[in-house]
Amino acid sequence: MQTFHRKRVEMKNLSAQPHFSLKATERSLMTRITADKIFKIFTAAMASSILLILVAMVFELYNQSKLSIDAFGFSFLWGTVWDPAITQVFGALPLIYGTIVTSLLALLFGVPLSLGTAIVLSELSPQRLKSPVSFIVELLAAIPSVIFGLWGIFTLAPFLRDNVYPALQAALGFLPIFQGPIYGLGVLTGGIVLAIMIIPTVSAVSRDVLAAVPDSQREAALALGATKWEATMTVMSYGRSGIIGSIILGLGRAVGETMAITMVIGNRFDTFTSLFEPGYTMAALIANEFTEATTDLYLSAIIEVGLILFLVAMAINVLARFIVWRSLRMVRGAVLE
Amino acid sequence: MSSSHSHLRKMKENILLGLCVVALIITMVPLFSILISIFVNGGNVIDLAFLTELPKAVGETGGGIANAIQGTLILVALASFIALPVGMIAGIYLSEYKSSRLAWVIRFFSDVLTEFPSIVIGIFAYTVIVLYIRSFAAFAGAVALAIIMIPIVTRTTEEAVRLVPNGLREAGIALGVTRWKTIVRIVVPAGRSGIVTGVMLSVARAAGETAPLLLTAFNSFYGFSGLLKPIASMSMYIFIFSISPFPDWRAKAWGAALILMLMILALSVVVRSVTHGRYPARV
Repeated sequence: MQTFHRKRVEMKNLSAQPHFSLKATERSLMTRITADKIFKIFTAAMASSILLILVAMVFELYNQSKLSIDAFGFSFLWGTVWDPAITQVFGALPLIYGTIVTSLLALLFGVPLSLGTAIVLSELSPQRLKSPVSFIVELLAAIPSVIFGLWGIFTLAPFLRDNVYPALQAALGFLPIFQGPIYGLGVLTGGIVLAIMIIPTVSAVSRDVLAAVPDSQREAALALGATKWEATMTVMSYGRSGIIGSIILGLGRAVGETMAITMVIGNRFDTFTSLFEPGYTMAALIANEFTEATTDLYLSAIIEVGLILFLVAMAINVLARFIVWRSLRMVRGAVLE
Repeated sequence: MSSSHSHLRKMKENILLGLCVVALIITMVPLFSILISIFVNGGNVIDLAFLTELPKAVGETGGGIANAIQGTLILVALASFIALPVGMIAGIYLSEYKSSRLAWVIRFFSDVLTEFPSIVIGIFAYTVIVLYIRSFAAFAGAVALAIIMIPIVTRTTEEAVRLVPNGLREAGIALGVTRWKTIVRIVVPAGRSGIVTGVMLSVARAAGETAPLLLTAFNSFYGFSGLLKPIASMSMYIFIFSISPFPDWRAKAWGAALILMLMILALSVVVRSVTHGRYPARV
């Protein structure tokens, strides 16, 4: 308020000046334009630091894993031996396998729950319940990963081991994936924890996508005699690319999740068959062994795992963001038309 | 015939919509289970000594998380010191020069970086700092946390500043104020509640991060001893104590989890009440 007042006074003075010099205003105009330019360049430089960080990350990861890349080449990707003690041979296949299996399990359990939640929040819930219920679901995302791990070890895993897995084995034990001893901690428990952790992401993004679908779609379906469910399906198919994007975002989170999965998956370097067995993921290996790496090659191999994780996460996230952005823009564009 | 068909459709509708509600309820079960577990297991661990003492060796009774609380506060403060200026200025750029191609690219990769595996950011901070000074360091941990915070602050600042009505910008320009002064003195202050929200969200996120600290700040059983020395933190305390074989340590992990969760819940609830739900609990 004070600023405005002072400005007004200044302007009054300006108009009262008898000898108003044109040269002076020109000069001040020039400095103003330069000041604006400098400001723009300065803020742009700060903003570009985000790009710089990403570029520097690729560079550093590649540089530091060069030792391992030179030693093993592409065989690193399908090698199944991880022997830091004697032969110093490293291959990451079991890690990649473990990451894929746990991520797919996370999608298998997490996606139906997330989409159901998103449908309730966008299509069914009364207006005044929407906001508090969304908050509760998203609060799940505010819980630190290490607390998920703590809960996974001491609450979830014993519960599953005693109450769920024996029944599962009794019913479906003829399948190789449900055979063998039950420890509680293992691949399936890891997948379930990941599923819980991706729900807030997938449900929030797909809820936004559904909410952005124009009401004309719902009204048209209902007017044609569709049930509420059929109308919802119309809305879902209208926003399907955005929903696919939200699922890929969830996949990205599952692939990169570290602490919780390290604490519940059992950390055994092995290509498991049964989901009750312990396994390993790329992120879990980095968390577990990074500080114990005794030789340069060992450390380099772990960083190469980080490089693979970087590239996979990058690809997944770029793809997902593209799809979500485009679909939100398309859907919102349709609203404006 | 047709009435039985519509009856069937009606039934299908009820069943499937019912399943969606069931999905929502199942989704809420883990949240409540986690909160109940933390309060039940952590509640009886916490007393004044737990909050004010250093950890003790295995077998000794007592000991607390004073150094972990101190460490988390130092790490988050230092990370904020690095990340907030960068993130806010970047956010201002994205909002005020939004149509430029560079802004589009930065916005996109900022979203990508928000979802990035934090352990990879930890490796990066390790290779650029820890390898050079040959020691785990509080400073390296703060840098890793700052990289996690920057995109969050950037995007929330952008959203907040963008919501400021154009009339204010035009008023500034019309009064003869330069554009940059209009932005700094009029537009940004008008959007400050949203900016503060972003700051709190990023602080909540950084306070809970563990994976990057494992590779950078590591852990310490003593209080702060310098920026180039390892430092304790709440999240590392929870991790190390929970995977230990000692029941006493595990109980203490729950106690630390309760304190950390209360800190983060408080931030989330404040964010919530300030913004009336415009922002998610986590970006």
